[in-house]
Amino acid sequence: MQPREGQVRIPSGCAISGMFSREGKRMDGSSIIKSIATMHDRSNGLGGGFAGYGIYPEYKDYYAFHIFYDHKAAKLACEEFLEEHFDIINLSKIPTKKHPRITDEPLIWRYFVTPLHTKLKESQLDEKEFVVRSVIKINTKIEGAYVFSSGKDMGVFKAVGYPEDVGEFYRLDEYSGYCWTAHGRYPTNTPGWWGGAHPFAMLDTSIVHNGEISSYDANRRYIEMFGYKCTLLTDTEVITYMIDYLGRRQGLSYEEIANVIAAPFWSTIEGMPPEKRAKFTYLRNVFSSMLITGPFSILLGFEGGMMALNDRLKLRSMVAAEKDDMVYVASEECAIRTICPGPDRIWAPRGGEPVVVTLSTHGQNERSKESA
Amino acid sequence: MNINAAGMHFKDLNEQIKAAGKEAVIDHCMGQRYIGSGLAGKEIVIHGTPGNALGAYLDGSIITVYGNAQDATGDTMNDGAIYIAGSSGDATGYAMRGGKIFVKGDVGYRAGIHMKEYKEKSPVLVIGGAAGSFLGEYQAGGTIIVLGLGRKRPVGNFCGMGMHGGRIYLRCQAPPADLPRQIIVKKAEKEDRKAIEAYIREFCEVFECSEKTIWDSDFYVLRPDSKNPYHQLYTQN
Repeated sequence: MQPREGQVRIPSGCAISGMFSREGKRMDGSSIIKSIATMHDRSNGLGGGFAGYGIYPEYKDYYAFHIFYDHKAAKLACEEFLEEHFDIINLSKIPTKKHPRITDEPLIWRYFVTPLHTKLKESQLDEKEFVVRSVIKINTKIEGAYVFSSGKDMGVFKAVGYPEDVGEFYRLDEYSGYCWTAHGRYPTNTPGWWGGAHPFAMLDTSIVHNGEISSYDANRRYIEMFGYKCTLLTDTEVITYMIDYLGRRQGLSYEEIANVIAAPFWSTIEGMPPEKRAKFTYLRNVFSSMLITGPFSILLGFEGGMMALNDRLKLRSMVAAEKDDMVYVASEECAIRTICPGPDRIWAPRGGEPVVVTLSTHGQNERSKESA
Repeated sequence: MNINAAGMHFKDLNEQIKAAGKEAVIDHCMGQRYIGSGLAGKEIVIHGTPGNALGAYLDGSIITVYGNAQDATGDTMNDGAIYIAGSSGDATGYAMRGGKIFVKGDVGYRAGIHMKEYKEKSPVLVIGGAAGSFLGEYQAGGTIIVLGLGRKRPVGNFCGMGMHGGRIYLRCQAPPADLPRQIIVKKAEKEDRKAIEAYIREFCEVFECSEKTIWDSDFYVLRPDSKNPYHQLYTQN
């Protein structure tokens, strides 16, 4: 049997791409597949994946769990757990299409759930924390079950394969969302497993990542103090948990999160005007163990928004563009131009300088209309 | 000869360029890598967006891009010229050892990283807009010129970090405040300006701009302190 993430370390090039409609227009998955396919040679067929936001308006109040099962016993055990803790509104196999280059697929199921009122009350946790702990419990305690997507009105679709094949396999042209992110993987540290493909997600936060962080273990040791379990030995997993912690639990804005994980050098902070200097000094001191070093470019999806960020030294490439209400970010300019030939503006964000886009008021209204 | 590169893999495109005569015009270029790599004696014109490592190891060909280039343009280029009518990505002119690159717009991070020179081989990188951080990192030789046209600052942070050879010319009113200690900076004098005259002229001819506007500003020249360029840079020595 092929070794799993977490069992072996193989000492990545990757590709990322994202598109976002500020007006909340829903776009099917074909454009993002076209975009990531342009960068085919950045990945090696050992992982591809997508995250779509706004894709489940009819179930927008329920957590959408996407789960891989290695075998039927895992499914039975997991469903028993789910029934005990959640109200399951709907469940089904995730529709896929047979694809010659996507093989050895696990059982892939989707559940729309909400925590059982009594269980939630008993736990004395807030709802999101309850869901997070349930996901971690399934992933660490139920052998052969892995929840790879757990947000509301969003979903992750990933597999071992080239991203364009993965997109076809999951029939992404049949979904439509206001935001899509994509990843083509070239794993270097781990063998490449379905669950280890990107995006990584926790609740509605998802991450695609190109790079290899050198602070992995320092970050992991710190974040595990707060109840997270890094089981996959991949740096992207730890980034996902760090962002969840800083945002959901510490209440930092996305810009502030960027200023923590890609903090400027002390020498750069010294040259800042006093107020800004004080803020950056505070963030670096309080969250010193949350600094991520080493090369990375990431795309973070969240409810109603997307953030793109490079490491502070900009050791990975990233280009951003705007056209009307659309924002595009990709590892290479060609991946943007292939779906948006004439952008209004195209630029390379500086290292550590986040690009954060959110739905406009009009876009938010459109979203709530659709689900009404 | 015209080559329609739409949907073509870089291997096929590069084979077609090699098979073409002296001149090759590429249309609908979309991210194909290594265009013109190692080639001598060709004239390649590109419409669209060439991929990473454009003109890597270029050995005397002339490449003109009507669009933006991506990362590592002219990686380890030996001879020839690359003209980019738009901007160029990170590590433009990476480890160049000869030839010339002219970029009308901006370049990304680490442009001119580890450029070097030996005897008659002395590479030149001319940037019309601004350069990102770490311009000329570990530069060992050659000339980098940043004109900063229409930009507030010609360079980002950490310009010339680890530089131990060559020259960086910055067109600006004051040099960057965060230059590393092993760099000696001075206002360009007549002789310094004369040394880059030909490159400025070529830039203006290619991209059709006014030479007078360019000279109508101060230039600062950055050179490593050759007495002990590594002094306390990496270790206490």
